[in-house]
Amino acid sequence: MAVDRSEIEKLAVLARIEMTDEAAEQVASSISDVLKLVDQLQAADTDGVAPMAHPMDAVQRLRLDEVSESDQREKFQAIAPATENGLYLVPKVID
Amino acid sequence: MHNKTIAELIQGLRNKEFTSRELTQHYLDRIERLDSNYNSFITVTKDSALAQADAADQRLAAGEAPDLCGIPIAHKDIFCTDGVRTSCGSKMLENFVPPYNATVVENYLAQGAVMLGKTNMDEFAMGSSNETSYFGAVKNPWNTDCVPGGSSGGSAACVAAQLAPAATATDTGGSIRQPAALCGLTGLKPTYGRVSRWGMIAFASSLDQAGPMTRTAEDAAIMLNAMASFDSKDSTCIEHDVPDYTAELNNSLDGLTIGVPAEYFGEGLNPAIATAVNAAIETYKKLGATIKEITLPHTDLSVPAYYVIAPAECSANLSRFDGVRYGHRCEDPKDLNDLYCRSRAEGFGDEVKRRILVGAYALSSGYYDAYYSKAQKVRRLIKQDFVDAFDPAKAGVDIILGPTTPDPAFAFGAKSADPVAMYLEDIYTIATNLAGLPAMSLPCGLIESENGELPVGLQLIGNYFDEARLLNVAHQFQQVTDFHQHTPPGIA
Amino acid sequence: MEWETVIGLEVHVQLNTATKIFSGASTAFGAEPNTQACAIDLAMPGTLPVVNAEAYRKAVMFGLAIDAGIAKRSVFDRKNYFYPDLPKGYQTTQLDIPIVGPGHIDLQLGEGKTKRVRIHHAHLEEDAGKSLHEDFHGMSGIDLNRAGTPLIEVVSEPDMNNSVEAVAFAKQLHSIVTSIGICDGKMAQGSMRFDVNISVRPKGQEELGTRTETKNLNSFKFMEEAIALEVERQIDILEDGGSIAQETRLYNSDAKTSKSMRSKEEANDYRYFPCPDLLPVEIDDDFIEAVRKQLPELPAERQARFVDTYKLSEYDASLLSASADLAHFFEAAASSDAKLAANWVMGEVSARLNADDKAIAESPVTGDMLGDMIARLKDNTISSKQAKQVFEGMWKGEGNADAVIEKRGLKQVSDTGALEGMVDAVLAANAAMVEDYKNTDESKRKKKLGGFMGQIMKASKGQANPQMINQILMKKLNELV
Repeated sequence: MAVDRSEIEKLAVLARIEMTDEAAEQVASSISDVLKLVDQLQAADTDGVAPMAHPMDAVQRLRLDEVSESDQREKFQAIAPATENGLYLVPKVID
Repeated sequence: MHNKTIAELIQGLRNKEFTSRELTQHYLDRIERLDSNYNSFITVTKDSALAQADAADQRLAAGEAPDLCGIPIAHKDIFCTDGVRTSCGSKMLENFVPPYNATVVENYLAQGAVMLGKTNMDEFAMGSSNETSYFGAVKNPWNTDCVPGGSSGGSAACVAAQLAPAATATDTGGSIRQPAALCGLTGLKPTYGRVSRWGMIAFASSLDQAGPMTRTAEDAAIMLNAMASFDSKDSTCIEHDVPDYTAELNNSLDGLTIGVPAEYFGEGLNPAIATAVNAAIETYKKLGATIKEITLPHTDLSVPAYYVIAPAECSANLSRFDGVRYGHRCEDPKDLNDLYCRSRAEGFGDEVKRRILVGAYALSSGYYDAYYSKAQKVRRLIKQDFVDAFDPAKAGVDIILGPTTPDPAFAFGAKSADPVAMYLEDIYTIATNLAGLPAMSLPCGLIESENGELPVGLQLIGNYFDEARLLNVAHQFQQVTDFHQHTPPGIA
Repeated sequence: MEWETVIGLEVHVQLNTATKIFSGASTAFGAEPNTQACAIDLAMPGTLPVVNAEAYRKAVMFGLAIDAGIAKRSVFDRKNYFYPDLPKGYQTTQLDIPIVGPGHIDLQLGEGKTKRVRIHHAHLEEDAGKSLHEDFHGMSGIDLNRAGTPLIEVVSEPDMNNSVEAVAFAKQLHSIVTSIGICDGKMAQGSMRFDVNISVRPKGQEELGTRTETKNLNSFKFMEEAIALEVERQIDILEDGGSIAQETRLYNSDAKTSKSMRSKEEANDYRYFPCPDLLPVEIDDDFIEAVRKQLPELPAERQARFVDTYKLSEYDASLLSASADLAHFFEAAASSDAKLAANWVMGEVSARLNADDKAIAESPVTGDMLGDMIARLKDNTISSKQAKQVFEGMWKGEGNADAVIEKRGLKQVSDTGALEGMVDAVLAANAAMVEDYKNTDESKRKKKLGGFMGQIMKASKGQANPQMINQILMKKLNELV
């Protein structure tokens, strides 16, 4: 399936990636090629086949409800782009 | 020293032929002198390496040191290293210094192994040529005009150029085996869940698996002994005993049944590679193995299925890179949306963006069933092909054999403009990631190509948790061949 | 035109586990910002989630409490969207196979009226962090302590038709989750948050109207206000010939207004898919039965028992069984007289708690203390009037009932000899009143008793046992007649 520029722009909004018109045009063309490859899947007979999300038929282990983490705010925020009073700063959040 | 295998270096340290410090200094010198030719390291950790070497020497002197104590290794820059920049080959993490270690890194630290540095890679492990790295492409030591393969191209190049005796790597669709093939190395992707993914920056969570890149199967076994562990911090890590992977290396191959899938020898396979692989089949016959032709009928769907599943998972896995808590943040964002959109546009390269968008597309409403769900169903069919091949009631083979790649190393730029051509590089490796099976690549020849004499990779695929047998089958081949001893021109 | 309101609720219930749903960081409320956000909660690269067994067990408990099916295999999904309080860029939740299947909650609406509200399902998910809007040079601050706190989201069917039913549902749900001990129920701290889906339709019409969702209400009162406001808004629009936009709205409890949250609506495509970092959780019958055995008494069961054991009215029983703390308090106090205890708990105790803004668990007078005081009332040590003073003393920390009685000298005089002396003295001192009593027609004499009683109680400084005085006075006066 081919995608056009406007679809790429919608996806770019969902994925929060800024894109110029020119780039979107280019990406649309290369993603259309990828989708052409991927479209080979449609030929496969998958009637009655259950989707497989994991390679192994394993089940989730459950963790004991015990506190194992201590405060490492200073360490974590040392690598943060912007913090103040222990908070991460972002441009104003408007609800 | 640098032409020795890990097995030999372990003996050398114990026989006091050299100290870990001397060994480490030797590799550091080589890196400093030679790596400008290959660009295989993003970060070299000289000071901490020497400190680790000194500590290892003390441990060795005290006796009872683990196998890898004092052995220098390199880590792919996808494994988080406490206090050492971990970039994942991306501008996004150019200055990211994690405050924790990956379990793989911890496991080697516990052994007393010495970390020489962090190796270059395709950005977020997305690529088959190492051309997508923000830190520049890695060059293949066999021909520096050629790619080393990817995404673990730095790990492959540094071992091939003997700048490190071994390196860690990861394999999501072939990222260990394909560069191993293109650089003439032995590379092992273990069973999914065999090695902890904790601290390994995720590309596609249900496919990613760490493994070693070495010069021999024996070294791979030694490396895997340390790398494999059960880790309660990774929900997908399987609680399964870790055997001594060196224990079965010398088993005879008498009675072994090797399956050769017709689908791996079809159109698109370079004839010279086919010849080299067929020669390897003859070698195995001489070693006592029975060759059985098998079929893996859904092979041609593995690349299409992979290029839905991997992008879908990566599109969510890479959402955390938003410029808020760590990583690249754009200058003066005018609002929240601008912060996200510009930080991500600036921080990610084209291939990463392409995969994020393909993933978002495959999961978006209206397309989920046709793409994501369909790919997951095909994934089950692909797994079933392998299950049938190993099933004693069906094909009943012990090992599956074929080429690792359709082509030898190619020139820079040859495929980078055409993503689909690049994706097809992994046509023989991807299916095992989808199925979660262990597989390895080992050198099986040198062929003449338009880019000169280049190595060829032989791929062996094993049953779940059958790494010991895989390594045994690879090791026996290396006992009667010398392809793994060939070194790139100028490396001796 | 007559309109019918249709209401469905989605309730976020924070589970009171010690740690987060996918990490070992503490969930304690009120810590300094980001001191309880570990590498997993911060979505540091390479970190991975592992499911908290206790969160899972508590979700199963809830399912059993509402008589719902429990999924023996449930799956976690990723819901993708960007927001600064969501560090991974996706919320881990359950879409297709939630842990709790269809169930129901029965409401008591007073005067014997009941209503069954169906629960569509309840799923486990992680809470988000908080955006603090006070100004940091035009920026917002993000605190991720709450990120990863386990939640169950309880989704009802649209079975409610007015705010009374919706609030009754919310209260009953609060009662259930606190009674079975899976949530602390502290609404002001956000432990329970309500999203209300509201639509209206002409009475008799089958088809549902377009609904709006008012998000994040954290008190029963705000919920009631928000529903009234939204119903009125929708009816106004429809009666003016307009149509309702399907949208998310935010209620402002200070201004008593609501507004559309269109900013969050744009391009809402959450791209759900199974989380590849987590495996399906499987449980068996043994697990479910073990949880069932641990299930404490449910509010509905307790209510029936209160009616049966303590002979309380349905209404009193439903009030007293609403929360586990209140029920325990009542049962401790009910040792000597359940009816009296019920009156005290619903009267004096709850009035004082309200006035001091305290929860029942924080009451300075415990259920046992109240029970002891009621015992002193029953054995005539104190009068009802004195009991109020004793309660006051206990509330102020003067000790238990006996200590307050002692300290404040509140013992009631019940000694017949002493009381007869008091009566005699008052009769002797008030000859005119006695004369008046004698001359009063027999049928009206009862009215005259009050005057004597007042004098006697005054003389005894209020400590005379009123019932006994009454008897002695009647006897003495009748002798005089």
